[in-house]
Amino acid sequence: MRLFVFLFASVILTGIIQGKTTVVCPDCPVNNFMRAAFIAAPHDTIIVKSGTYPSINSIITKPMTIIGENYPVIDGRGRDEVILVYSDSVTISGLHVRNSNRGSMKDYAGIRVFQSKQVSILNCKLENVFFGIYLSDSKQVLVKGNHSKGANYGKSDTGNGIHLWKCDSVTVLDNYMEGHRDGIYFEFAKHCHIEKNLAEKNYRYGLHFMFSDDDTYVNNTFRNNGTGVAVMYTKRVNMFNNVFENNWGDAAYGLLLKDIGNSVIEGNVFRNNTIGVTMEGSSRMRFENNDFTRNGYGLRIWANCTQDTFVHNNFSGNTFDASTNGQLQQNIFNYNYWDKYTGYDLDRDKIGDIPYKPVSLYSMLIEQMPYAVMLLRSFMVDLLDKAEKNIPSITPEAFEDKFPLMNMIKR
Amino acid sequence: MFKIAKYVVYDILRSKVLIAYTVFLLGISLSLFSLEEDASKSIVSLMSVVMIIVPLVSIVFSTTYFYNAYEFIELLVAQPLSRTTILLGKFTGVAFSMLTAFFIGVGVPVLIYSPNATGFVLLQSGIGLSLVFISLAFFSSVATRDKAKGIGLSLMLWFFFSVIYDAIILGVLFAFSDYPLEKAVIALASLNPIDLGRIMILMKLDISALMGFTGAVYKKFFGTGFGFFYTTGIMLLWIVVPQLVSLRIFRKKNL
Repeated sequence: MRLFVFLFASVILTGIIQGKTTVVCPDCPVNNFMRAAFIAAPHDTIIVKSGTYPSINSIITKPMTIIGENYPVIDGRGRDEVILVYSDSVTISGLHVRNSNRGSMKDYAGIRVFQSKQVSILNCKLENVFFGIYLSDSKQVLVKGNHSKGANYGKSDTGNGIHLWKCDSVTVLDNYMEGHRDGIYFEFAKHCHIEKNLAEKNYRYGLHFMFSDDDTYVNNTFRNNGTGVAVMYTKRVNMFNNVFENNWGDAAYGLLLKDIGNSVIEGNVFRNNTIGVTMEGSSRMRFENNDFTRNGYGLRIWANCTQDTFVHNNFSGNTFDASTNGQLQQNIFNYNYWDKYTGYDLDRDKIGDIPYKPVSLYSMLIEQMPYAVMLLRSFMVDLLDKAEKNIPSITPEAFEDKFPLMNMIKR
Repeated sequence: MFKIAKYVVYDILRSKVLIAYTVFLLGISLSLFSLEEDASKSIVSLMSVVMIIVPLVSIVFSTTYFYNAYEFIELLVAQPLSRTTILLGKFTGVAFSMLTAFFIGVGVPVLIYSPNATGFVLLQSGIGLSLVFISLAFFSSVATRDKAKGIGLSLMLWFFFSVIYDAIILGVLFAFSDYPLEKAVIALASLNPIDLGRIMILMKLDISALMGFTGAVYKKFFGTGFGFFYTTGIMLLWIVVPQLVSLRIFRKKNL
């Protein structure tokens, strides 16, 4: 009830404090975007008609709404940053922001939000910018429907698409990132919700986060990025129904988990990656209903991962289903489907009667001697693998699925 | 030479072995392609067949054929024909029939279901391996007069190249695992025609991206135009050199 009253009051208040509306167009009295942002009173609305407006460090220090019609071009002319938001309750929508400066001393951004709350950045296009949308020290920000294309500077000279540093409760929805260093980059960004974004063809990672606890990732797609997705040093992450695909390369991962804990990875698809999922020092994770399809390695799980659970996942068409680098194995695999399983099911309960060992001798050998990859699919290697499966000596004995499913789980 | 080859082909076509081989290959290829929806996966399975069955049948069939047609060779030697012509004619005939069998058994299904670079490389290495092992079969056949010994030698050669050689490589890798062995492995593996054929296909299957740095080194070597000429060259050497050696022996041989 109290919430309802609060909402009602805020709606009325918004009506009262709604300021005047300024229209910016090339032939209007106000034809300068920077000036319009400067002279506007708090809670004003600025409507920007189509045209090209230079904007070098346009600073927004008052709550206001900026609406672009037909994507007016806000041009930074490669001098410095383009738009800076230093105020709470700012909404920016429908702008075409382009040409920020670039460099290694400062993180030049297309739109920067600094120490602000309740800011929305909606349906903007960003082009040839060093960093796309840069949020730092901000809370309750909505970043929705933006389309950011990094500069064609080359690999070493690009920033991130959506960059969050020390933020809280940010929603990142329906965005598209391409040609940046990292598509989405989070550092100390907690309680965020990331949904339906597409990050592709970025030079380094599609998604990269560190120290960003309690975040939820739903229905995102990360494809064709330089080295896939890498996430580190974080607890309580939820990843549901995301797609990680086509990350081929010498050190490319669908998903690299380094020191991630207490997280749930559910319903995701890992397809056509050199390594589907790499886990290093990650504990108490739950992998459920994921598909590992046509990867080089489906799963690479280091021996320092403990108490991880893998249930109801499909492993099919991978060169190696799983590999590890030590004898120790303290994770639980149950009721997964493995297309390389050759056991039988006498009692017809659709669960194989003998356990499946996903780690082959050869994958252990390669772990120690990478150049032995030359013998991949050799007859002799197959023979060794068969022998090892029957009498395990090198592969970790506990690494097994006790109840492998006979049929692939339909989704 | 081609006349002899023609008679050899007629002779082989009358025996049921070659037809059985053709049907067998065709059956395997078709079932692999129809069982699997993803054609590149079938190519991988087909590859293991091509790497084991094709060399085995090529070498054993050619050796037994050589011994079974010994009287024919003796007859030909009595004619005013050079021994080089006789042996080359025989080789051409056997090679033609084996390649026809391979082409019908594997080539046609591959061209139907997977006419891409990987498929062509599979065919290329299958053809190469057939020729290499026929050549080796001729070597072991002229090396000894005794049929049992000849077939034994053939089987030994096949076993060596398909199993023992890889075991030796693995042993070497273990023994010298402290050293950077990427180049050594390329050298070692490329000396074995079966390994060479397998690697050519693996490179096309994009598996080279699998193993980080090492994979990159291999890709750089085998994936380029130079790598293509290198592999083809080594394959050709494996066909020509045993044939030259057997020609040398056969010319001076007391039948």
